Amino acid sequence: MQTGFAIECRGLVKRYGDVTAVDGLDLAISPGECFGLLGPNGAGKTTTIEILEGLNRADSGEVTVLGRHWGTHEQELRERLGVSLQESRFLDKLTVFETLRLFRSFYREGKDPEEALRDLSLEEKRDTRVMKLSGGQRQRLAVACALTGNPAILFLDEPTTGLDPQSRRQLWEHIRAFRARGGTVLLTTHYMEEAEQLCDRVAIVDHGKVIAEGTPAQLIGRLRAPHILDFSSDPPAPVGLVSRIPGAFEPRQRGNHWSVSVTSLAEAIPALLADLEAEGGKLEELSTRRAMLEDVFLALTGRELRDE
Amino acid sequence: MSSPGRRFHPLVELTRARLLEVAREPEAVFWVFVFPIGMALALGFAFRDKPPEPVAVGITGRAQTSEVRESLARSSLIKPRLFATVEEGRAALRTGKIALLVENGSPVVYWYDPTRPDSRLARFEVNEALQGAAGRADRVPVRDSLVREKGSRYIDFLLPGLLGLNLLSTSVWGIGYSIVNARIKKTLKLMTATPMRRHDYLLAQMLSRFVLLALEAVIIVVFGLVVFQVPLRGSVAEFVALNAICGLSFTGLGLLCGSRVQTMEGVNGLINLILVPMWLFSGVFFSPERFPKALHWPIEILPLTAANEALRAVMLEGRGLSTLVPQLVILAVWGIASYAVALKIFRWN
Repeated sequence: MQTGFAIECRGLVKRYGDVTAVDGLDLAISPGECFGLLGPNGAGKTTTIEILEGLNRADSGEVTVLGRHWGTHEQELRERLGVSLQESRFLDKLTVFETLRLFRSFYREGKDPEEALRDLSLEEKRDTRVMKLSGGQRQRLAVACALTGNPAILFLDEPTTGLDPQSRRQLWEHIRAFRARGGTVLLTTHYMEEAEQLCDRVAIVDHGKVIAEGTPAQLIGRLRAPHILDFSSDPPAPVGLVSRIPGAFEPRQRGNHWSVSVTSLAEAIPALLADLEAEGGKLEELSTRRAMLEDVFLALTGRELRDE
Repeated sequence: MSSPGRRFHPLVELTRARLLEVAREPEAVFWVFVFPIGMALALGFAFRDKPPEPVAVGITGRAQTSEVRESLARSSLIKPRLFATVEEGRAALRTGKIALLVENGSPVVYWYDPTRPDSRLARFEVNEALQGAAGRADRVPVRDSLVREKGSRYIDFLLPGLLGLNLLSTSVWGIGYSIVNARIKKTLKLMTATPMRRHDYLLAQMLSRFVLLALEAVIIVVFGLVVFQVPLRGSVAEFVALNAICGLSFTGLGLLCGSRVQTMEGVNGLINLILVPMWLFSGVFFSPERFPKALHWPIEILPLTAANEALRAVMLEGRGLSTLVPQLVILAVWGIASYAVALKIFRWN
């Protein structure tokens, strides 16, 4: 499998007892690309990324990273990859600088720890112990450690889970900066917004399989109904009325609020208004938006991405 | 700027990181340094040189206040107590308040439990005093020569044992805990995702432990020397070498404890399972000779028993390592076997 891909895998399968965590998964990621694995918790994202990182072994299937195999070139690959695990923790008693210095010592070549501090805007926290960092700062330290060996590929497993919006945006900036220097990124997330913001291409994973793959725009474009119509009325519209809207798919109700995917707003809105008026209902709110990856997931699986 | 070439050596950095962690953990500092000193102080003073404790002896019966009591009071080894009735005296005997009850009459009756050594001693002392007072003469001239030499007191026995115990427990706890903690927090996994050589990590655990062991040993030995004048009669170089061999053996056990366990509860249990029998059997507080014969050889092959015997021999008797080959072999076998097994079964993920 000598290819120009940064990461390639075919037919990955991983079972834990009766559970098949990864079920015949194929991926091909080009150099310089930012690729996202999307899916709900338990979809097999972490198992997949850990197999690609060489931390877990597949039961069957083939993995090539930078044209090398884990079995034969582990040490060489480790020098060229940066890894941030989901919820890993550093040594609590060490300071940020000491941690970076420790991780730098593992690589033959790499960044000066002071430079790594600057790159992830952690200068002010230089001498703060890891245990006193906020969630966002800790994640930035994790990325800083992953980048300390100047890797060709950066693996990020749910890098922004649990972070506030500001910290999330800050981390995105750092990931973009790494890409701007030509780096390849593979990340997992269950935030569709994150995938849309960062990724060139995404694969939607469910039950250990890729159920859709493409650029975010392609996936959204493939939807039969790329527009979302949100509205509420008094009295609340009955199901019958909503399903009569032309080109409507997957109506979802929350209280007296409806969300409907529609093929064409120009056809749907006049029909909805006329129907409501005929039944004596009064429109309270009406808004429309372009479909997002969340809607793609819903259309593909019939389930919401995050079970709330 | 990117710096080509390695500026920091991973083994040095890992060792340094581990030492920083320990130094910043107040509890670790307590167990490693304060605890053994406190223990030696408490036990050293509890068993320090002082006149032998007199034995409490009850007196009852006819003419209880007369000559019997006076003759007993003359002995420094007997502390007489009076009882109105034999029943009261026997009650005190049962509850261990007195070692012997003397019922004054004709004949004099000694009430005591022959399985209690202090009771037998009291009977002997009382009889001696009474017979002497009644005019029995010693036919053979004797003279007591009391031994109060440094190196044969209880604290002399205790201190090397505490040193051995401390080297063992801090090694096993220090290494076992830190590895399991790193595994639970996935720090181990994260490190294996870097080019870090795995043996560097394990070697760093050992090296950092050696630095701490050296400090512990110096503190305990100097403390014993200054406060209790516990001697170090053997050669310092051989004593250092012996400590290093103990360290190798014990760090191996620590590594073994941490090699697979995935929970804190698990590692707690495992370490206690290993340490508690050695606290008891390995001759830290008293000689293992006191245990039944059948237990002697299993006790002899415990690493802490070997360590304690060797430490005592070097410190108290000034013996060289060439006379301690069996103990050194036991320590080495434990060390090598633990390392070998630990490396084989170690769980990085």
